[in-house]
Amino acid sequence: MKDVVLEHITKSYNKGAVRAVEDVSLEVDKGELFGLIGPDGAGKTSIFRILTTLLLADSGSAAVHGFDVVKDFRAIRSRVGYMPGRFSLYQDLTVEENLSFFATVFNTSIQENYDLIKDIYEHIEPFKKRRAGKLSGGMKQKLALCCALIHRPEVLFLDEPTTGVDAVSRKEFWGMLRRLKEQGITILVSTPYMDEATLCERIALIQNGRIMSVETPDNIIASYPHALYAIRSENMNALLHDLRRAGEVASSHSFGDHHHITFRAGGEEAVQQNLLQRLREAGHRELSLQPIRPTIEDCFIQQMPA
Amino acid sequence: MKQFLTFVRKEFYHVFRDRKTLLLLFGMPVMQIVLFGFALSNEIKNARVAVYDLANDAASRRIIEKMEGGGKFEMERKAWNREGVEQAFREGKVKMAVVFPAGFDDDLSHLNHAQVQLIADASDPNTANTLVNYASAIIMDYQRERMQAAAIPVPVSTEVRMIYNPELKSVTNFVPGVMALILLLICVLMTSVSIVKEKELGTMEVLLVSPFHPLLVIISKAVPYFFLSLINLTVILILSVTLMGMPIAGSLWLLYGVSSIFIMAALSLGLFISNVTHSQEAAMLISLLGMLIPTLLFTGFMFPIENMPLPLQVISNIVISKWYYIIVKSVMIKGLGLAAVWKETLILVFITVLLLTMSARTFKNRLA
Repeated sequence: MKDVVLEHITKSYNKGAVRAVEDVSLEVDKGELFGLIGPDGAGKTSIFRILTTLLLADSGSAAVHGFDVVKDFRAIRSRVGYMPGRFSLYQDLTVEENLSFFATVFNTSIQENYDLIKDIYEHIEPFKKRRAGKLSGGMKQKLALCCALIHRPEVLFLDEPTTGVDAVSRKEFWGMLRRLKEQGITILVSTPYMDEATLCERIALIQNGRIMSVETPDNIIASYPHALYAIRSENMNALLHDLRRAGEVASSHSFGDHHHITFRAGGEEAVQQNLLQRLREAGHRELSLQPIRPTIEDCFIQQMPA
Repeated sequence: MKQFLTFVRKEFYHVFRDRKTLLLLFGMPVMQIVLFGFALSNEIKNARVAVYDLANDAASRRIIEKMEGGGKFEMERKAWNREGVEQAFREGKVKMAVVFPAGFDDDLSHLNHAQVQLIADASDPNTANTLVNYASAIIMDYQRERMQAAAIPVPVSTEVRMIYNPELKSVTNFVPGVMALILLLICVLMTSVSIVKEKELGTMEVLLVSPFHPLLVIISKAVPYFFLSLINLTVILILSVTLMGMPIAGSLWLLYGVSSIFIMAALSLGLFISNVTHSQEAAMLISLLGMLIPTLLFTGFMFPIENMPLPLQVISNIVISKWYYIIVKSVMIKGLGLAAVWKETLILVFITVLLLTMSARTFKNRLA
């Protein structure tokens, strides 16, 4: 069964001046951990808001857990959990008060579904008397997740849950999502961090309101059409400049402490040696060039329309 | 129902944890009552009057004595001269001068006619007017006294009775006005800001994606402010009775009843404003500017509506505080019952229903 279905959804703002979502079609299976991967402004939040019945699409249709987002919006509202991108709990209420407030709003109690959130709530329970506004970023996210889960939703929508959260908390957070998935909850999560894409079962790469591909992370990586190499030297800026002028280099992008490049004529040994030789002559020292496995980010950049 | 109560409790937490709001909520009525009651009163007390008595006979002394008796005037009885009086006016030392010509008593006894000159500082026209009126009244009174003593029939004497407020205290005018102003401001401002706050902080987004009916969100926001306004009303009434010495002539129940209706009308106005605005600043601006000025102008406690040009009189009808002001004056000061104010009460009920319908119509079930 498909838990989330989007068919040709289009959404624009300011009377069509800003086209946020363009003809997006997607399907998410029941119990799937699905990632919407794309930079800021790609249209992720608009898609989430259309699915959570907060916004009406200009055209196209969408359904969540079998309910139409326009006609049956009340049914959807009581069956999904939604965590907006911005921290949206009451800062002046304590952790405990926030949680019990949302439990009551959703016609349930903390005790009823405690087993579902126990894992997450234990992290913040020592601070339950603290006001939510005084929590750290990671703890705020955990509390928001608890509040979104308290009514045992069928589908969970998490809009950029790890933005502004430290690396350790991000890792913990993804661990929690995997355990929630085991409980049978369909999870739709969006993130601008490409490295988090591999933690999802399937992902959709989205850019400028358009879906570029929908696949498992492994398949997306496997479908990368070129041989990819990582190159570095002492002076990385000058290296990137020289690479972009080299005729045999098809693409070059900066990735942390390496540049990722592909060659135009395949990757024959002779071409590579030739390039290295020329770079050495141009004054680059400690050059190294090795083939690497592409990351999701490489795939994303490769799929981006020029 | 449990959801609703939890929501109301949450609202109380918000109010009580926000010190600034709390101070505004309970500080404002006390401040306003004290301000309007004492500082901004147009009553005259102990105005300094120069006595330039060239006659210094029985009649002039009697008039001066009478003027001194009322507590309105403080008579400066020293040897004045013309320049001295002018000087005192220029320096603002006196507000009025009373001049008796030489032979005042003689003229009065033999010619049946004498003149007293009253000179008032009209740079403040209201005060000048009031002072001259008081003084004239006292002189008239003396005249009557003298005529009766001489057994001369007085042709026509006016007998003035200031009913409902015999001492002409300005408090009686201000307290109902302040009640209307405070209740309106608090209800409209607080509700509109608190709902828009949920929109701004993004909590509305989460609440919308819940089975809780969004209209209930809004109604439960109004509940705490309803009770807080009743507490405020009580504070104002206690202050006006104890501090201002203003009795409540009518039924206290009726007063609370109509006040509740007025509060509901104000709350619905706040709800409506919150529906059509998106930021706290906008809500605050509309509530303050859109409410404060019309309320001050058109309620009737600062400027009498009967004296306004017709278009403004028509406009004043949509200012809800005007109706409340009329009701409170009737009930609190005149001691009238519901029979006298049912029309105004009905208008308030009608406006409340209208505003609630408009709020429900404009309420957005989604974000945009």
